[in-house]
Amino acid sequence: MPSFRWLVLLGLFGVSLLSICSPSPSFAQENPYFVAYDHYLEEPGNLEIEYFSTFGTQRNGNNFHAFWGEFEYGATAWWTTEFYLDGQTTFHDSTVFTGFRWENRFRILKHEHLINPVLYVEYENKNGADKILKEVEGHDVESDFLVSNAEARKEHVHEVELKLILSSTFKGWNFTENTLAAKNLSNSPWEFGYALGASRPLALKASPKRCTLCPQNFVAGVEIYGGLGDRHSFGLHDTSHYLAPALAWNLPSGWTLRISPGFGLNDNSHRFLMRWGVSREITGFGSMVSRFFRGHK
Amino acid sequence: MKAIAGAVAVCASLLAVSIVLARSQNADKPAAGAAPRYDPAIYAELQKAPEKARKRANPLQNDPDAVAAGAILFQQHCAECHGDSAQGSRKAPSLRVPEVQNATPGTLFWLITNGVVRKGMPVWSKLPEAQRWQLVRYIQSLGAAPPAAESAASKP
Repeated sequence: MPSFRWLVLLGLFGVSLLSICSPSPSFAQENPYFVAYDHYLEEPGNLEIEYFSTFGTQRNGNNFHAFWGEFEYGATAWWTTEFYLDGQTTFHDSTVFTGFRWENRFRILKHEHLINPVLYVEYENKNGADKILKEVEGHDVESDFLVSNAEARKEHVHEVELKLILSSTFKGWNFTENTLAAKNLSNSPWEFGYALGASRPLALKASPKRCTLCPQNFVAGVEIYGGLGDRHSFGLHDTSHYLAPALAWNLPSGWTLRISPGFGLNDNSHRFLMRWGVSREITGFGSMVSRFFRGHK
Repeated sequence: MKAIAGAVAVCASLLAVSIVLARSQNADKPAAGAAPRYDPAIYAELQKAPEKARKRANPLQNDPDAVAAGAILFQQHCAECHGDSAQGSRKAPSLRVPEVQNATPGTLFWLITNGVVRKGMPVWSKLPEAQRWQLVRYIQSLGAAPPAAESAASKP
């Protein structure tokens, strides 16, 4: 079995190779969200490679640094598919690979409306040491992370997650509301969660000159997310909730940088989460793969 | 070990799906490097713009910076499919045809906002309204040009 270190190296090599070989990086217009989704899908044939980190504080335990890589591909203008690899380091403990996820988002309506629904379907194959906090569901609380990595990784989780994404864009603002339902396939009850987000570019008009620091390249926002209990005890109690301002910087070179400090809103939440990420969009990836196998120049 | 095998299987599936989709999307298009066909039916979507949308005037019509800003936006978001000079490519049609150039600014704004999702053009409402109007201003500043197939054929 390849070690985790080799997996990370292989992943980094792949990302670097694709980024360097990319014939035409695309200027991305990304939102700053880490947890919430809006209704914009990846452009068809484009591949976005993303790396994200979450540093979290832990009361009565060791702080952690969780990280994940995403490969997001625009299969069509109405379907985006995404593959994740997750890992984490718990300080004074160890670094472990925590699993993978495969998510799909489907745009339901042909045209733009006041509220635009997108269906989200995800399969997760992870272990109990997963700490990326990509969502909060059911009765997830800070104390769940007190278990050592050696113990936690013995638990294997196969989970299906469904989301209804309702997103609107109005006068430059994006407002999104995500409702989540997750089912551990090993006979656990349905668990629920939510995420709300609002964001806006710092300027609505584009500059007539190419620039890196123009305000239109920055998108600022805020997201709030948390659990909603499970089928037997639905509600906002006995779970965790977070508020997180966020900022994205879309660079003309095709890279996007994101940062988001998050704050726990109750005693069940981690007091502080610091998230950051970097991504790059590669245009024409589908055509590149097709040409590679067909031999066309 | 199961997780690794699962991850490899998912990667292989995604690669296969991307190949199949790329091939099916390109099946009726000319080979790379060939000029795109001129087919007026491609522009039928413009006729679907609602009357109210067609009548919208471009608020940046007299903005002296709109064309320059629109040109940058076009290179960043549109040129990959429509070509650097908007004359089309194997992925998307030319915008230098009378159907587009003679359309009202409101019609083009509506199409950029809504995309043609079922035919591969994504919605671009993620660009703020002002930027979509800047794009419209730039596209209509280009003027009509002979369809790429004809201009390519006329080259020695």
